[in-house]
Amino acid sequence: MSIALAKQATSIEPRRRITDVVMRGLCVAATVIALIPLVAVLYYVASKGVGAISWEFFTHDSSTPPSEPGGGMSNAIVGSLMVVGLACAMGIPVGVLTGVYLSELGRDSMFARTVRFTADAMSGIPSIVIGVFTYTLIVLHQRHFSALAGGVALAIIMLPTVTRTTEEMLKLVPDSLREAALALGVPRWKAIVTIVLRTAAPGIATGVMLAIARVAGETAPLIFTAFGNPHVSTSLNQPVGTMPVLIFEDAKSPYDELNRQAAAGALVLVAFILLLNITARLVVRRKK
Amino acid sequence: MSLPMRESVRVKRDTNKTSAEKGPEAASIKMNAEGLKAWFGSSLALKGVSLPIVDKQVTAIIGPSGCGKSTFVRCLNRMHEVVPGARAEGTVMLDGADIYGPGTDPVLVRRRVGMVFQKPNPFPTMSIRDNVLAGMKLNRVAVTDRDALVEQTLRQVALWDEVKDVLARSGTSLSGGQQQRLCIARALALEPEVLLMDEPCSALDPIATARIEELIHEIGKRVTIVIVTHNMQQAARVSDHTAFFYMGELVEYAPTDQLFTQPSNSRTEDYITGRFG
Amino acid sequence: MKRPDAHDTEVAIRRRSSLDVNLGDRTFRLVTAAFAAGAVVILASIVVQLFQGAWPSIARFGAGFLTSSDWDPVHDKYGAVPFLYGTVMSSLVALMITVPIAFGVAIFLSELAPPWIRGPLGFMVELLAAIPSVVYGLWGIFVLAPFMRSDVDPILRTLFGWTGFFSGPTNGHDMLTGAVILSIMILPTIASISRDVLRAAPPTLREGALALGATRWEAVRTAVLPYVRSGLVGAVLLGLGRALGETMAITMVIGNSDRAHQSLFQGAQTMASKIANEYAEASNDLHLAALTEIGLLLLAVTLLFNLAARILVWKMRGPVGQRPV
Repeated sequence: MSIALAKQATSIEPRRRITDVVMRGLCVAATVIALIPLVAVLYYVASKGVGAISWEFFTHDSSTPPSEPGGGMSNAIVGSLMVVGLACAMGIPVGVLTGVYLSELGRDSMFARTVRFTADAMSGIPSIVIGVFTYTLIVLHQRHFSALAGGVALAIIMLPTVTRTTEEMLKLVPDSLREAALALGVPRWKAIVTIVLRTAAPGIATGVMLAIARVAGETAPLIFTAFGNPHVSTSLNQPVGTMPVLIFEDAKSPYDELNRQAAAGALVLVAFILLLNITARLVVRRKK
Repeated sequence: MSLPMRESVRVKRDTNKTSAEKGPEAASIKMNAEGLKAWFGSSLALKGVSLPIVDKQVTAIIGPSGCGKSTFVRCLNRMHEVVPGARAEGTVMLDGADIYGPGTDPVLVRRRVGMVFQKPNPFPTMSIRDNVLAGMKLNRVAVTDRDALVEQTLRQVALWDEVKDVLARSGTSLSGGQQQRLCIARALALEPEVLLMDEPCSALDPIATARIEELIHEIGKRVTIVIVTHNMQQAARVSDHTAFFYMGELVEYAPTDQLFTQPSNSRTEDYITGRFG
Repeated sequence: MKRPDAHDTEVAIRRRSSLDVNLGDRTFRLVTAAFAAGAVVILASIVVQLFQGAWPSIARFGAGFLTSSDWDPVHDKYGAVPFLYGTVMSSLVALMITVPIAFGVAIFLSELAPPWIRGPLGFMVELLAAIPSVVYGLWGIFVLAPFMRSDVDPILRTLFGWTGFFSGPTNGHDMLTGAVILSIMILPTIASISRDVLRAAPPTLREGALALGATRWEAVRTAVLPYVRSGLVGAVLLGLGRALGETMAITMVIGNSDRAHQSLFQGAQTMASKIANEYAEASNDLHLAALTEIGLLLLAVTLLFNLAARILVWKMRGPVGQRPV
């Protein structure tokens, strides 16, 4: 009996060992498989797009007929900057202030919990539905597409993310700092704005950067709000071209030249988004 | 009844103080709590405390954990009610004006009654210099010579020589003891009349603790100090008066040497001789 | 320093005026609360506006909208069945592909990987989610679809053609390719949340099993997985919620056919892709209303799924937050 026990104690049955190795191998395989598309997409975009990147790409707009060479995406680049800028101008202040309310003032009240729940629910709404909403709210009444409508749609998409990030970063600020400020005879609102917000600022900035990265790539809501424009436009009330939408149209086009432009546009867009993501990650690492 | 004194509890008195300063005729009352009650939600933490705080002297508050000493002190600058669900009732006179009176703004009270906390909490986003000036800046108090104020305050806490060349460094780059002295400097810069200290040395090593006790001796000549401590020896070393709290009530209040050598209440005696707590 | 007398102190600590009572605090509270209320207002408006916009179609077709397969802008007849089918089918197939892989990734990242690689790998998985949908679509059109058509589909046709799901010719733009690209896009969601859920399990569970002589895999399977089961279901539901609303990539490769077919090699249309394709050029008000009604359906379904998912994940690791910092 003791010999049998001793034998068992020193080795696991081969079946269990094999299962262990196989399952672990499968998990590794899964991770590799999961990352293949990442590499594939980045490689494709880089290799096909880099050929079409030129000075013209950034300075000419997309109004050139596809059969002629030398078009560009300047209108879309400007348009994207505009629409994303509008979204930030509207979405960031609202999101940050809401986050401040939730973390510092409302805390666990019924109202605060409702707001939190709403923000969570909103983050799950497909962006195309937001586009439809913005269309019925703004475009239908104005009877035309506009950069403003696009900005509003993106702002709504940004809002839950910014709110949640702000609230979480503010909650990370230790209470002792709040007390220190209050003990100096500072009114609560001033303590929040000057001490708490400032301390949480790097974390909030990270969240905002990631939110910007996300809305910069949004296409669906822009298709029928900002719509598109072959020429550069800086007017709020005119339809405006944006990178994702132009990439979409160029990708569907039968013309080879436009397909290449789509890849180039995708390269620029992805580079921008990657840059934001990496910067955000670095900020987080430095704070630690 | 004279108790055999525990070896460690030796009362050190500041021999520079004249009898006039120590005598009851010359000692005036800076703050006076009367019937002070405090709640956390529905649980009563202070059960009606009446205690005078003598001007320009050091009052120590001692007692076992949970006896209400921190709660009491936080009521003295209306910080108690900052915690959600906490409230206080009663009277606390500051120079004859009730800080719990109907028209009083707690924010203004806190500018005259400063506070130092158990765990040092300098503002991490500010430099050492800005931490010292924080109270002035946030309250929009005009300062004619900022550098002079910074130097003067840091000298008061014996930190100047250590940091004078690195004033721009972040407040959190200092050691624990230095951070605490910085926090004391930050509080002192506002020239409060009373300084509340809530277990200021519990998070510090013995050397840092000794330095802060020296500080208390120095500052205590100009500023009224109330110090909460769970360390009886510390109370005996630094204070002129001591109050012993137990389970939310003030059990005994007396000049320090009297409380530690001839306590009049048996519970006090039990505590200081180490029978509990 | 002159010692202040009682009157001085009273004056000093008394409020400047009865109006001054925490004026700054009150205003600040009001302003922030107003903005916070904005979020609720927006959500309510979304529901209301969509309902209003869809009303002509709801009134006209009622429940028939959900049972009819006729989508005919010319004759003003609208039925959403093909798109419901397309949405459900593509999402289900996508889940079948992605869930095992996502779980594998999650287990690897939380249990099996050496610590030094977890950060970078996790970051790369997050990058998968950062790539915009339209870029995936672009790659889908020029790389994935041709690849599917020439390399993958023939194999599937030979092996599984008898089931009826893999029959018929295809140019690569079909339900299957759509499902594949969808699976790539929802993988990061499911993997990240599953990883978080696994990480939230107390280490003592795992350690207890190991101490009893279990292999690494057995410890995970017997001790950790049952504990986090509801969280994992929540992660899948969240992934499903994302899949339902995914628009661009799938529009670009799914073939855009208005009929529901059994074979995955046929083109299809999802609710989201239908809206994306036709909304901007809707021919008349009823057409627009019908499309808006699809949007309303999409909203209802995704809200429901997200709610169910968050309740399940909440139970496991507290309120669902951003990626852990």
